[in-house]
Parts: sequence; structure tokens; C-alpha cells
Amino acid sequence: MSPGEPLLSVRDLVQEFAVRDRGGVKGGVVQAVSGVSFDVWPGETLGIVGETGSGKSTLARSIVQAPRPKAGSVTFRGTDLVTLRGTRLLRARRHLQMVFQDPYGSLDPKWRVTDLVEEPLIAYRTGDKAARRRRVAEVLELVGLDPSAHGGRHPRELSGGQAQRVAIARAVALSPAMIICDEAVSSLDVLIQAQVLNLFERLRAELSLSYLFIAHDLALVKQVSDRVAVMYLGKLCEIGPGEAVYREPLHPYTRALLDAVPSPDPAAARAATTIRGEPPSPIHPPSGCRFRTRCPRAQNRCAAEAPALRELATGHAVACHFPLDRGEAEPAASTTARSAQGENP
Amino acid sequence: MTEPLLDVEDLKVTFTDRGRPLKAVDGVSYLVYAGQTLAIVGESGSGKTVSCRAVIGLLPPGAAVAGSARFQGTQLIGLPDDQMRRHRGADIAMVFQDPSRSLNPTMRVGSQIAEAVRAHQQAGRSQARDRAVALLRLVHMPLPEQRCLQYPHQLSGGMRQRVMIAIALAGRPKLLIADEATTALDVTTQAQIMELLLELQAELGMALMLISHDLGLAASYADEVIVMYAGRIVEQAPAPRLFSRVRMPYTQALFEAIPRLERPAHAPLPVIGGRPPDLAALPAGCSFAPRCRHAADDCRTAEPPLAEHEPGHRWACWHPVGNGGAR
Repeated sequence: MSPGEPLLSVRDLVQEFAVRDRGGVKGGVVQAVSGVSFDVWPGETLGIVGETGSGKSTLARSIVQAPRPKAGSVTFRGTDLVTLRGTRLLRARRHLQMVFQDPYGSLDPKWRVTDLVEEPLIAYRTGDKAARRRRVAEVLELVGLDPSAHGGRHPRELSGGQAQRVAIARAVALSPAMIICDEAVSSLDVLIQAQVLNLFERLRAELSLSYLFIAHDLALVKQVSDRVAVMYLGKLCEIGPGEAVYREPLHPYTRALLDAVPSPDPAAARAATTIRGEPPSPIHPPSGCRFRTRCPRAQNRCAAEAPALRELATGHAVACHFPLDRGEAEPAASTTARSAQGENP
Repeated sequence: MTEPLLDVEDLKVTFTDRGRPLKAVDGVSYLVYAGQTLAIVGESGSGKTVSCRAVIGLLPPGAAVAGSARFQGTQLIGLPDDQMRRHRGADIAMVFQDPSRSLNPTMRVGSQIAEAVRAHQQAGRSQARDRAVALLRLVHMPLPEQRCLQYPHQLSGGMRQRVMIAIALAGRPKLLIADEATTALDVTTQAQIMELLLELQAELGMALMLISHDLGLAASYADEVIVMYAGRIVEQAPAPRLFSRVRMPYTQALFEAIPRLERPAHAPLPVIGGRPPDLAALPAGCSFAPRCRHAADDCRTAEPPLAEHEPGHRWACWHPVGNGGAR
């Protein structure tokens, strides 16, 4: 891998699952991820926001080949993971770790903290016992845990924040180049969440890590990301520098997501729900643009033709036939702006 | 001022944990008025949910409840279960975080709503079914007649929460308590449900209590916000005032720790160390003192009382933050 190349390069990734109705009859195919492409550069954090069913978690799992995607390529440090099998895949994946939402669910309750953190080192046959123990103490300190105080505990003897630190220690133990965080702070109380977010930021600087930071919380993703991608029903709607995507969103869905975030400042506009209804079924996604059934700007063309992701400003791309202009990208001034936005595209 | 709908005074809830008394709620007092939206905000273990469950008698048998909670003059604390059941649903209804756990998976949603209707009023089967459809329409469920015939698993999370709200409204309650009712929902669905709750509140003249860990949500949707820490109220003010003139350092820490859309990326979040105290071994003085940047000697010896230091603004702190302080 040369320095001018992306660390992770995902191209036309497709992931589908067959669902079965009663009696094992094939009920349809969930199109969880449908042709997603993006790059993550060394040292960069790419945030991915999306709601339930957007395919963001499936995307994460497809990247680590668990399970292998149906189509597309996942080039990590110059190697296409999709083509690898067995130990070669395992070896390539060593530098690509994951942290999940529920630390208690991802940590074996019968194991002690030190054993939990040592386990990946054993799995990859790293050093001898003494070296591994030194590394465990080192990474526990790194994530803000005291090896002597916390090392002998079981997961249930830890708070949610501490347990998540153990999960992070496991992820960094093998010195990965990239960590995929799937809703990694979403279940934590806000004060603990802030501590763990700061920890992610500190580790990024100290260990030159890259993150793929997946969450449904837009403000959270903004906090840690250099670039942000927005997913809806298995496709990328928009991708660009974080500041640009949040200040001047191009996709109507991004605008709607931003409007729905409650602000702690009561003087700020109350969430103006610009989209109504429920996301359609991923088994029968709408033709053309998948967002068109809920989009205030949708026209005939949106049903006929799927919009391709195209770059409208430097590094800022949108998949929409009728993207928002800069002026329209302003937040709705009040709830009354809802109808105005819907009627005057 | 009109009479409050709910008058909670010096409410205390104590659990026993391995022989030690655990003060989950320790002297909480507040008033709820008709048509008002009151938010109670706090972290896990702050006592926000326990204090509300105590009011409607939904605590496990081991809980010792003391103090007073009067609903339109009727004392609810210590009320026998059969009498409490008359108030529950008809006067005060509750909506919880996880609708899939509150709904019966083997029953059509229409039947579940109809069952709630018949629990509160004399109604025949077909009458109750019509009322169920009307309730689903009230909560803006698309195609309510068809939805009545479906099972919970056939609905999305947002739709299930609408069903829960319809069930809660079946008894025409005067007070609706939403306990983290939108926490498990997506941001656009959350906005839809919050809008629905405020709309129903205005339409039906209900009082609404939002129990939430999310100070942003509370400040955005409530008239009045109560902040709880370690079983006590530490600050209470109208939402705009709380945001612009926060006094209790804990509330300030909560505000600062929320990632905000306006904040530039990678700016470190101001954090406070430590964790909430063990409720079975509360420190002397202010329970927030061990984590507080402003704590002085008096904070560690004497507990600051919750008092109305400025009109409509209560806080419990010896050294409040903000300029023009009361001390």
C-alpha cells in the first residue's frame, strides 16, 4: 500500500439475505446493501449515519466478511478481502477491528478483563505469555482502566462505560489500522458517552487510527468524523466533508434527518418533520430513487431512474435528481416552514 | 394558579440490596398542571423512572415508598392495589421504551386496544373495536382498519409505539407519562412521535410527563425541566431558562457533554470524571460533590437544600455557576 492510496476502498458492495415465510417458503430477498462505494484514507474517520434498516450495520459486517458480500470488492491495505479465504483472510483482518454497541453482549461474562484483552493476542499468536501480559496492561492503561484494579474483574462487575473500554482495549490490542465502530457509544449515558468519544479521539491521534464510525445519531457522528456518508435503504444518498454535509446538505433526506435532531437550545427551531410515513420494505424497495416515496421533491423521473452519486462540490457528492441548493439547505426557521418546504421545491 | 393535577411531596423510595438500604428516590417534590409538559431528566440510576413508577404503584414488592403523591386530591401512595387500578389508565397512563415487550405478540393489535377500552368503560365488542380504530386514527396510524387485524411483529417500531400510545389513551387519561418512549426510535420517527404526543396533549388537554436521559429532547419539547441526580432533584426551571441560565454544575456538565450539530468536529467534549455514587453509600453533603469542579469544603459536609433561589428556578447547590449568582 503506497501512502497515496486509500486504506479502505469499498466498490459496488451488495449484500442480500433471503427471508423465508411460514413453512420455509422463500419469501423474498432483503436488499440490505445495494451498490455502495466509498474510500477511507489513512488517519481519517468516515462517519456513516442512517436509520434502522438503512443497511449501515450490514455494511460494516460485509466489510469484515461476516458474512461475505454477494458482490463488490472491499480493498483493505491493498488486498481485496472478498477474494481471501481462511488464514489469509484472518491475517488481513487483524488490522481491521470492530467495536459493537452492547459491550456486555460482546464480552464473555465468564472471563476476566485481562483474559478478554489477551484473547485476540493469543488468537494471532502474538509474543509469549509475558509479552502478552505486558501488552494487556499497556492497552488497559491506554483506554483509561487500571490493570490492577480492573484486570481481575468480570464484565458484570464493570459499569457500561468500563465494559465498553474493555471492548475498545480488545480492538486496539493488535495495533489495527482501522476500527469499525457500530453504534459503539449509543447505549451509554451522556457523561460516559462523552468520555468514550474523547477516548476514541485520543486513540486516533496516538495510534494513527482510522475509523468507520457508524451511528444513527447525527450529532455524535459529526463530533468524530472528517467525512460523513448518509445511508437510506441500502444506498448512499450523500457523502462529503462533515462540515459541508451538515451545513449545506444536498439530499432532501439529509435535510430531514438534520431537522429531526432535537436541540438542547429551546430557542432553536423545534424539529420540523419534513418527511412522513415509514421507510418502505427493503424486500420491495421503490423503483428509481429509494427515497422518492417520502420525498417532498419527488417527480416522475425519480421513479423511472435511480440517481447516481455525483460530485457537486469538491468531495461532496449526492445521489439525487433534484438536489437542494445552498439557500434551501438552510434549516427550517420554524415548524411552519414544513409546508413551505414541501410545496415550493 | 389553578390546582395541580399531581402533587408529589417528599417522595422517598428505598430498595434493599443485600441487606443495605438503597435510596433510589430521596425526597422528591414537584407539581404537574393540566396541559403542561414536564420533563424529568437524569442518567441511569438517577431515580427518574422509579419516582414515576412509585406514583402509579408499579414498583416491585420489595420497594418501601414514603411521602405523598396526590392526584386531584386523592392520595395515591399506600393505596390498595384494587383502588390504584382505577386510577391507572383512567387518570394516569404510562408509555414505556420498548413497545415490543409491552405488547402481546400473539394478539392482534386491534384486540389489545379494544381490551384496554373495555377495561376502562362499558363497551360491547363491536363498540370497543370501533373505538380501537378511532384511537389508531387519533395516533395517525395509516390504514387503521387493516392495522387492527395485524400482529405486533408486522409493525415497525414507530407503529408499535403508536399502538402503545393508543392503548394508553384508551382510558382517556388526564396525565400521560412517557418513560423513554422515543429512546429506541430513529431520529425522524422520534420527531414524529414527539409531535404526536404534543398534538394529543393539546387536543385532549392532558398533562404530559417526559422521562428521559436526553436533556436535548427535554429542553426541546418540555415547558418545565427537572434534573435528577442520585435520587434527588438538583435543578428545576422552565426549559428556556434552564438552557440560558443553568446554575447546578451537574446540569451544566450534562449540557456540555451532549454532542451538538453546531460544534466543530474533533473538538474535545468537556467531560467530568467519575460515576454516579453508590445509592447505598451516599457521600456526606452534596452527592455530586466528588465529581464537581466547583466543590468546596462545605459541599462535602452539608447537603444543599433544593430551594427556589430565583422565581420559578429551583436548584440544590452551595456554589451555583453562572454570573449574577444568588450567593
